Amino acid sequence: MNFFTELGRFLLLLKGMFSRPENGRVYWKELMHQCSEIGIGSLGIVVVISFFMGAVSTLQTAYQLVSPVIPKSTIAQIVRDTMILEFAPTLICVVLAGVVGSKIASELGNMRVSEQIDALEIMGVNTKAYLVAPKILAAMIVIPLLVVISAALGIYGGRVAGSASGILAANVYDKGLHENFVPYNVFFALTKAYTFAFLISSIPAYYGYHVQGGALEIGRASTKAVVVSCVAILFADYILAALLLQ
Amino acid sequence: MIEVRNLKKSFGANTVLNDVSVQMQPGKCNLIIGASGSGKTVFMKCLVGLLQPDSGEILYQGQDLTTMTTAEKKEIRKQIGMLFQGSALFDSQTVEKNIMFPLNMFSRDSYAVKLKRVNEALERVNLKDVNKKFPAELSGGMKKRVGIARAIVLNPQYLFCDEPNSGLDPMTSMVIDKLIMEITKEYNITTIVNTHDMNSVMEIGDHILYMHKGLKEWEGTNKEIIFSKNELLNEFIFASEFLKDAKDMRMLELSGKIANQRNMDDLMNNEGSTRQ
Repeated sequence: MNFFTELGRFLLLLKGMFSRPENGRVYWKELMHQCSEIGIGSLGIVVVISFFMGAVSTLQTAYQLVSPVIPKSTIAQIVRDTMILEFAPTLICVVLAGVVGSKIASELGNMRVSEQIDALEIMGVNTKAYLVAPKILAAMIVIPLLVVISAALGIYGGRVAGSASGILAANVYDKGLHENFVPYNVFFALTKAYTFAFLISSIPAYYGYHVQGGALEIGRASTKAVVVSCVAILFADYILAALLLQ
Repeated sequence: MIEVRNLKKSFGANTVLNDVSVQMQPGKCNLIIGASGSGKTVFMKCLVGLLQPDSGEILYQGQDLTTMTTAEKKEIRKQIGMLFQGSALFDSQTVEKNIMFPLNMFSRDSYAVKLKRVNEALERVNLKDVNKKFPAELSGGMKKRVGIARAIVLNPQYLFCDEPNSGLDPMTSMVIDKLIMEITKEYNITTIVNTHDMNSVMEIGDHILYMHKGLKEWEGTNKEIIFSKNELLNEFIFASEFLKDAKDMRMLELSGKIANQRNMDDLMNNEGSTRQ
């Protein structure tokens, strides 16, 4: 299947989501369920990765900034901007593409193979709207929140590592955080988070929804979904940086 | 009533359904039989709208499913219940939630009313104390029964069963057949069963359609099938030596060559015991 056929099917999947829900309450429940699955389910890994990412960033920045001319508070600025601009939105979303993406692809793939999607269709349920839309919407609600949490924890991790290793005191770190802060960076990070959230939920949903075969194909679809999502994230990251950071 | 006219379906160069026309009998058990790869499943998927045929008409009360809008299809599907080969129960939901799902989606009744209907459906399929169990905790036969309960909970006009006996032992198969038959009569629904189980054919086949390589090869009742002169059908239904012998004995009996007027069941029982 060539790229344009796949793109066409992907767009048709998205188009199919837009229909009047058969029962709003059931859809709302499903949306909340997905928010919990994607958000709470990924919170642990996001917390751990973010904290250590910030901590390591502080240590490595300090290691490279050996000039006595540069004030130590610059380390905090660098950690802050790296976390907000790149680490929190991009790296966390790459991790989430693995965690959330594989889950979405395998869940839908299993439902397809075991005829559960057919069963829903026979009942008269729009499966694209009921199964795919809540996942994408939930991802777009909770992933930006996870990115914000990640940025905050990363910065905090840097502070802890800085004072624990004696590289820079907590008050110096705090002072650095307040210097040269550009609020636009937060807007940029959130724009990235929303874009990546859409990619890491819709691409696996597409691969999972269209699985044909058995367990082996579900595994393949899951792997392909993660790989394509990661590549799409990196590509979108470059495009957004080129467009928004001029 | 469901009427199919000149249905054709191909996958690439492979023609799976070739000009199939049939009228399903309302309020009866309509069986689609045939060997694996004969096109039964594709035919059923076309009937319920899961596959779009290349040409032909599928008429539900005169309305053509193949030309319906999505909204019209949705309305027709509310009148359809379907039991899938693998039951297709939602793994992450309990039996109660599985059966309640169509009610939650399409009914505005209170929880208590919905629960009552779930329990009635479960009672109808002779299942008790399984409300809080998950599909993984059920046997194959129980899953099928839950599948039937979910299919009938919205009181459909049409019940489709895809290989309801697959993977079941003969005893459980008979229970499922009996259940399908009873439900068909009790709810006065049109049932379409896809099977290659000959016991089902003899037990519940009010109207039988035999398919071979995508063509409708034979149509009749379970009373007629045993005496059919269609060679392909005979090859299919008398594939086992046991059934062939049983048929020969029955023919001899009917032609008066056997003095003892034994019935078919006795013949089969005797034949079975002598072979052990």
